[in-house]
This record gives sequence, C-alpha cells and structure tokens, in this order.
Amino acid sequence: MERPLTKNIDPARGPLDLKGYEAAGGYRAVRKALGTMAPEDVTAAVKASGLRGRGGAGFPTGQKWGFVPMGPEAPRPKYLCCNADEMEPGTFKDRLLMEGDPHLLVESLIVSCYAVQAGICYVFLRYAYQKSARLLEKAVAEAAAAGYVGRNILGSGFDLEIHIHTSSGRYMCGEETGLLNALEGRRASPRAKPPFPPISGLFGKPTLINNVETLCSVPGIINNGADWFRKLSPTGEGGTKIYGMSGRVKRPGAWELPMGTRLREIFEVHAGGMKEGYAFRALVPGGASTDFQTELDIDFDFTHEPQVGSRLGTGTAIVLDDKTCPVGFVLNIERFMARESCGWCTPCWGGLSWIVKTLEAIEAGRGRMEDLAILDRHCRELAPGHTFCALAPGAVEPLQSALRLFREDFERHIREKGCPWR
Amino acid sequence: MLTADERKEIEAAAARYPVRRAAALEALQAIQRGRGWVPDEDLREAAALLGLTVDELDGLASFYSLVFRKPVGRHLILVCDSISCWIVGSERILDRLTRRLGIGLGETDAEGRFTLLPVACLGACDHAPAMLIDGELHGDLTPEGIDSILERYQ
Repeated sequence: MERPLTKNIDPARGPLDLKGYEAAGGYRAVRKALGTMAPEDVTAAVKASGLRGRGGAGFPTGQKWGFVPMGPEAPRPKYLCCNADEMEPGTFKDRLLMEGDPHLLVESLIVSCYAVQAGICYVFLRYAYQKSARLLEKAVAEAAAAGYVGRNILGSGFDLEIHIHTSSGRYMCGEETGLLNALEGRRASPRAKPPFPPISGLFGKPTLINNVETLCSVPGIINNGADWFRKLSPTGEGGTKIYGMSGRVKRPGAWELPMGTRLREIFEVHAGGMKEGYAFRALVPGGASTDFQTELDIDFDFTHEPQVGSRLGTGTAIVLDDKTCPVGFVLNIERFMARESCGWCTPCWGGLSWIVKTLEAIEAGRGRMEDLAILDRHCRELAPGHTFCALAPGAVEPLQSALRLFREDFERHIREKGCPWR
Repeated sequence: MLTADERKEIEAAAARYPVRRAAALEALQAIQRGRGWVPDEDLREAAALLGLTVDELDGLASFYSLVFRKPVGRHLILVCDSISCWIVGSERILDRLTRRLGIGLGETDAEGRFTLLPVACLGACDHAPAMLIDGELHGDLTPEGIDSILERYQ
C-alpha cells in the first residue's frame, strides 16, 4: 500500500534533511510544477484529484484554490497560510507530519503557493508545537540555501518567502478567519464572511488557508497525477488519510490509510480493539466537535459519515467505553469549548457557559429533568447560522448526539442524584 | 526596560510582515522569553515601538492564554485536560501535581519553581495522559511517575 504522506517517516531515525529528502525523491514536484506547468495547471490537477480539506470541513481543495484571483490584474501580494494550529481535542495528525517529514510540508507549500501565485507564506503553529517550529525553520533554511525558496526559484521567475509563526494559545486561532486576525496582531476573533479569504484575507489581500495534511497531499498529485491519487482510495474520495484513534483502545495511534478505509478495520486492526476489561460504546469520529456514533461498519470518509449522523472531521476518533461516564465525557468537551470561546458573539460565550453549568449540575447530582430540555434548546440555538464561526455549532454536535444516544444515562444521573460512574 | 536584543528581535519580527502591528504577539513573546512574563513597563515600550496603543497591546496579552501579565515560576507545567487525556486519567495526574506542589491551577509555588496551568489537547493523544514542561512533552503519565519528572526541573 502506498503511503505518500508518511513514507519518509521513521521515528527511530528522525526526519530527513534536505539531501536525504531529495534522495528519497523529494522536491521533484517543485521541479515539475515550476519547471513544466502553468500555475493554473497545478490547480487543475488538484481539482481533478478530488482532494478535500483535511482540516475537518472537507471542502474541495482545488475549488478553493480556484477562488483566488489570477492574472496581472489580481491584487498583490497574495498569501498562503498553512493552518498548523491543530488544537481540536483528540487530533494528533499534523504534528506527526511536521515532526516526521518537515521537508514534505515545505515542498507542498512551494508548489501550492506557485499554483495561486502567492508570494508570501505563513505557517501558523500553536504554542505547544515548538519542536515542529524548530524543524520547519531548519527545513525552510535548507530549502532556501538550495534555491527552492527565495527569489526566482529554479529560474522560474517565481519568488516566495516562507515564515513560521508560533502563537500563544487559543483554539480560535485554528478557525480560518481567527487565524488571519491572529497573524495581523489582533485577537483571534472570527470575521464575517463574505468576503471569503481567497478574495479578501490577510491584510485585505487574496489568501489561501489550508491545513497541513491537505497541503502535504499535493506533491503526490503533481508527481503521479490526479488519476493515481483518486485510485488510492476505495471510495472515490481520493488519496490517503491520517486516521487516528484514542481512548481506551489497545493501541492508540495514528495511521496513514486509504481515504475511505472501513472504520471497523481502523478500530479492530490498527487500534487493536478495546483494552481488556472495557467494552466499546460509541465514538466521536473526527475530533471533539463531531457527533457521537455507534456504527463502525462504514466507509470512513466525508461522503459516508453523514449517513450515520456524524462527520469525518479530522478523522481522529475518540472512543467512549463502558467504564467512562458519557455525561462526564461531554462535560469535558463543553468545558473546553466554553473556555476557548473567544467571546465575540453572545450565543457562543453565553450559551456554552450555560451548557457547562447545567452539565456540571447533572454530573454533581443537582440536576432536574427540565435541565435536559434546556440542553436540547441550546443544541438548537447554537446550530449553524446563529454564530459568527463554527466553534459553537461544533461544540453542540457531541452534546446533541449524547442527549439522543445516552438519554437514559443523563436521566439516571438526575434520578439517582449523582454520577453512577463515580 | 527593553534590552537591545529584545528590540532587535521585535524589529526582526516586524520585518516579516507588511505592517508593524502584526509583530505584536512576537513582541510579547520576546519580552516573556527573557523575563518569564510581561511587565507593564516593557509592554508600554513594545506598544510604542510597533505603533500600537498600550490598550491594544494589553488587549492581545490578555486574550492569548500563554502570555503572562504576572510573574510565573521558573518552570511552566501545562497539563492537558482535554478529552483523550481525561478518559485515561488526567484528573489523577492533576491531583498528584497539585498535592506535590501544594498549588492549584493558575498558581505558582512559594519558592517560585513551578507554575501550573491547564492546556488544550497537546496533540499527543496516542501517549495520553500528557503534559508539557517548558515546551518539552511528557506522555504516558502515571501518578507514580510524576515525582521523578518534576525532579528534573530545579
């Protein structure tokens, strides 16, 4: 099986340097794209590949690139921001890529910037990823010394500077317009859309924002073609995906597998099933802001997840076992969301703290049956369309599905005036 | 007062952006790197250097959870309290830490050695429960193993 994203990753050896990466076939995509393809051809190849955004939303990448104005009349400079803020609870895939093969990301940035003719690129990292930042700084410096970054790259006439920005906390920095505000030296509050970032983004200029894993999929498409990429996946979504699983499974971890791999295979074969003494109850499939599901027999991709009532999200699942309280599970997630809400819009900061207080009361045995109706109402009122960004709608996804799937557990807390798991 | 090195670092950051204010967070980070926190006087100077009002820069400092406006200990412990770590016992890790150090979350011990803070998921869920001390990741934590890790940070 091909593993275009992780083929160079060997934790025992550490990441490849420039020479090692080139010897493994690295920077071929830069040579091919900048040397033989027009920028629009690169975007066309990404469109044809069917690649969808791996940050969680699954938006078609080539289509997003197509929104960036091209040609001599386009506003300049144009920017590309690589979203490496990975703070979605339960998600640990971009760190793997950046620490394991930093040159793959640098190569991906060059090719992607070339496609939309972005002359300035920022990699936006979270505070905790200082090791990734150091490795990327080193990889960018090596690439610049070899003429892959800087002025007139490989004689193509294309100029590019790449900067690494390490932030100082706040989940909101991963929201794409919050990320733009953070990079401009402002609070990471979201912006109203439209205008969308490809039209007016960083410093008011056309800006492409893509996740690390999405960008890392690009060199393979350029080297091997869109057809090759589509065929990597059994379900037609194209490519590979770094899936992950955490919780009380035998082998928590992350694995690069064909996009659309059966979820049961990931759970049983790769994660090794449940630890001795624990039974599977449900999982949130793609980070903390996705709905619970009990179904494992599904093609795990963007297209098929909605059929079981959830989303692929980041593809890193968190498993709920029978010895963990589902109310406590959801309370943990909502506390995180309430703490990380930026306070920009009222439904989010007010609603999430109300949810936390209500769940705390239920968990502590002070809940009343009417509280469940209050929680149901919050799930409706924090649904998409009521807030500036996706934080609150994402926050209520695990809550609304928990209220449906584990209603009896919530009611038991209230009837028995306490948590049955404590 | 900002040192010459800090001013240089702030200028280098400002050169990476088309507008000077964009280097605001890097300026706060530069001050914090040397002092552990951001005193009023330095914040005022940095604001002037970048063409921001003091309130604008303080508004940033108070928004970002890892910019400190009060002194912190010599070592910073960030304990993940997110869901994957919680499932496998982060509460027991935190309990052990608070008892060993005699402080709660958001506090610094009397000798100024440690400051203890919660942090969002560290992206180390395959090694949960996890914490970060001075930027260094510690995973697969057990309550019993905490003491020997703390020993390394004097």
